[in-house]
Amino acid sequence: MSASPPVTCAVMAVAALFASGLAWTPGAEAQLKVDITRGNVEPLPIAIPFFSNFGGTGGVVGGAGRAENLGRDIATVISADLVRTGLFRAIERNAYISEDVSLRVQPKFANWRLINAQALVVGGAEIMQKGDLKVTFRLWDVFGQQQLVGLRLTTSPGNWRQIAHRIADSIYKRITGEDGYFDTSVVYVSEYGPARRRIKRLAIMDQDGANHRFLTDGKALVLTPRFSPTAQEITYLSYVAGRPRVYLYNIDTGQQEVLGDFPGMTFSPRFSPDGNKVVMSMAQEGNSEIYSMDLRTRQVRRLTQHPAIDTSPSLAPDGRRMVFNSDRGGSQQLYVKNFSGGKAKRISFGSGRYATPVWSPRGDLIAFTKIMSGEFGIGVMRPDGSGERVLATGFLVEGPTWAPNGRVLMFFRQSRRTAGKTGGEPKLFSIDLTGYNERIIATPRDASDPAWSPLKR
Amino acid sequence: MRFQLAALVLAGFVLAACETTPDGGGSASGTGAATANAGGSASSSVSSQSLSGGVQPGSPEDLAVNVGDRVLFGFDRFDLSAEARDTLEKQSVWLKRYPNGTIVISGHTDERGTREYNLALGERRATAVKNYLVALGIEPSRINTISYGKERPVDPQSSESAWASNRRGVTQIDSMGAKLSN
Repeated sequence: MSASPPVTCAVMAVAALFASGLAWTPGAEAQLKVDITRGNVEPLPIAIPFFSNFGGTGGVVGGAGRAENLGRDIATVISADLVRTGLFRAIERNAYISEDVSLRVQPKFANWRLINAQALVVGGAEIMQKGDLKVTFRLWDVFGQQQLVGLRLTTSPGNWRQIAHRIADSIYKRITGEDGYFDTSVVYVSEYGPARRRIKRLAIMDQDGANHRFLTDGKALVLTPRFSPTAQEITYLSYVAGRPRVYLYNIDTGQQEVLGDFPGMTFSPRFSPDGNKVVMSMAQEGNSEIYSMDLRTRQVRRLTQHPAIDTSPSLAPDGRRMVFNSDRGGSQQLYVKNFSGGKAKRISFGSGRYATPVWSPRGDLIAFTKIMSGEFGIGVMRPDGSGERVLATGFLVEGPTWAPNGRVLMFFRQSRRTAGKTGGEPKLFSIDLTGYNERIIATPRDASDPAWSPLKR
Repeated sequence: MRFQLAALVLAGFVLAACETTPDGGGSASGTGAATANAGGSASSSVSSQSLSGGVQPGSPEDLAVNVGDRVLFGFDRFDLSAEARDTLEKQSVWLKRYPNGTIVISGHTDERGTREYNLALGERRATAVKNYLVALGIEPSRINTISYGKERPVDPQSSESAWASNRRGVTQIDSMGAKLSN
């Protein structure tokens, strides 16, 4: 993935492209806006015609047809990204009145107003002389009759999906005001086989399920992978040689290394927000404590000191505070303490038990797993414990992970396993922070322990 | 070569035993691949011997059948019940009878907890078993522990009785195919 050349990106100057003086001036501040803090919004109708090939063939035989195919695929991926958010509704292409999708002239807005398209995406794909793929697009406010975004992106044709995700990200950002999360990956545990001897492998895929591949071979049990916020690295738990330890996996090289030389089991790893440290638990003589390891100096620091179970640490985006799971008060609850030391303060006070706290990349919320009355839930609360909301419930839901924009969570859901040996297969789901738009994430096999990557660079 | 053959015979024996007795679970990950390989090539040639051999003293079956290789725990608990202590006392007598070789104690949980917490809880349970055996005079250096959390249920169903049997600490001979000697 990162072996491919980077996508270069240029904001198109409106003046330059319309230097011929088309008689239209940008209006006042755009009205087109989706408020994503409300859950049950009416999805915004958007038209995304296939991106056309506007001439470039790279001098290659078949270049035009190739560009046309890529243009169609790119528009399809953009549309799927936006529709999955629940915030957009893609207008069926056979409803289009016109396909006047030139980048060089203003669209005939009336034709798009008639089918009630509020937003229109017009794009083109071109194969350049060196074989590069150049994609240009404009996002139009149909009723406001003005351009909201214009971008040109260049990369190798093999990267066309990333281009599509970047375009979807910029459309999402312009219309919602929030950063997108489409140009991201998900690492998770792919599972199969009987429950007693489940085979588990690390797998990675684009956030939409494309480019799926396995990272480990299934010989050793693997659990709880997490993405580095800054590098192409994953930290996870592996039972290599029957010794459960925290490992580091380099996605580019495929190299795996055990982290540290601990006398007991290490588990529940998570990167610090700056990517320089891994915090994790180490269990020895029946006591689990939280440690931090500096990935450059390999120095280890102990962060908790209590005979209770202390696990599942997660740092705030500023790295100054840590939320973790402990049963020091008698049952599993969430605690916050300063990374530098000091006393732990309990923040979860609702009914039931709380686990797997994960600090949002925005810092405003902590996601968690909750267990109460025989049911599991995925919820969020503010770092002081106030404002608790449960977003999803089920027989077993666990392991929330944040999209990098802090607006969407992914987790896994598993049903009750009955005597008839049905059920029990875990699957990945995403849900909006509002509690709406829960969607299954398609995976080749059963799937658990998802971890969302940061936005690619 | 002779050693290899013996290992195969014993591995086949263990496989046969697994058919009739509850799976210990703890052995699954560490040595599962080796067991599968050995079983595939040896099962037909050793079946008659393992059946006629019966339970060999000092073997994993001896521990499982005649002593009791596991203790059960309450929900989210790691204290040992009277029944569990009784089992461990029998285990300690057995282990003293066969003082050569090491054992591994695996700690397990039911599925009604979160993965990471359950890893810690399984480690607590394995340690509770270990500490009791040490208190009964077993050398700590003979005992290794491992936690599987909720990863290796012995009964995969989602029911109270399955969860009760999955909350366990299992004592096993450290290397598959081996038996303790006196």
